[in-house]
Amino acid sequence: MNRWLLWLPLVLFGMFFAAVAVGLMIPKDNIIESKMVGKPMPAFALPAAIEQRPALSSADLKQGKPTLLNIFASWCVPCIAEAPQLLALQQAGVEINAIASRDTPEDVANFLNRWGNPYTRIGTDTTSRVQLAVGSSGVPETFVIDGNGIIVYQHIGEIRPEDVPKLLELLEEAE
Amino acid sequence: MKRFLSLLLFCLAVPVAAQTGLPPAPYADRQLDDPRQEAAARDLMEELRCLKCQSQSIADSNAPMAGDMRSQVRERIAAGESPEEVRSWLIERYGNWVSYNPPIDSAVTWPLWFAPIILLLAALWLARGRFRQSKDDE
Repeated sequence: MNRWLLWLPLVLFGMFFAAVAVGLMIPKDNIIESKMVGKPMPAFALPAAIEQRPALSSADLKQGKPTLLNIFASWCVPCIAEAPQLLALQQAGVEINAIASRDTPEDVANFLNRWGNPYTRIGTDTTSRVQLAVGSSGVPETFVIDGNGIIVYQHIGEIRPEDVPKLLELLEEAE
Repeated sequence: MKRFLSLLLFCLAVPVAAQTGLPPAPYADRQLDDPRQEAAARDLMEELRCLKCQSQSIADSNAPMAGDMRSQVRERIAAGESPEEVRSWLIERYGNWVSYNPPIDSAVTWPLWFAPIILLLAALWLARGRFRQSKDDE
């Protein structure tokens, strides 16, 4: 028997050890990116989430100019954190439409009264139907959509102040 | 008495920060009427990964998102879609990641299927070498 074969079990164990060590040291990546980026927005029509804003359908997302689609919920804490950034984007002239995820009209209205309402239209997705159709796995998420209704970019998690320039740039590129 | 009353009040407390005030999606926790369709939906749900609680299947998870996915699976199967159609609809959106039964179609997934076979063969080969050697020693 070849002498080097004696070392094979140790080498295999070393590889196993390295794999486990790497798995323990690198934090688990919990972000699941949507495979719908680059594809057209799936067709949908959602009823209005609150009385003060119109309902949202996929046709509203291909009006010839780029828009943001923000998925939020009144029960979502990071959604509060991103509210000022969304208002800043709206003031910069960006059209932001929203999908309220698993929410009630009263809760959405209270949330928007408290943290501001940057949205043009808000659809209510009580059973996550549209959220699943666009490949979104949580709130908040924000999609950049070009004028032809093609999803250009998916931002997962809250929009932080440092994310705003990138979103504005992407919106400009999608023009 | 005061203590008893305050404990009683705790029992009546409603969770303030519950994730959602909505009832679950229609088929999240309700079986389909047709037992064959329900069995097909059930089998598929065991093989779909919950998006929120990522080490559980949607059949196992209590997350509201998993409930919505179960409802979606049941509704689609009730509407006549095959389990594989529902699975590929989800894979189209979330990637192979979402399925606990990934296809052998990329460099990433083939080791999942073949690594155990290769390791088993290697172990047999090693063991054979050792048995033969000990026979020679006698």
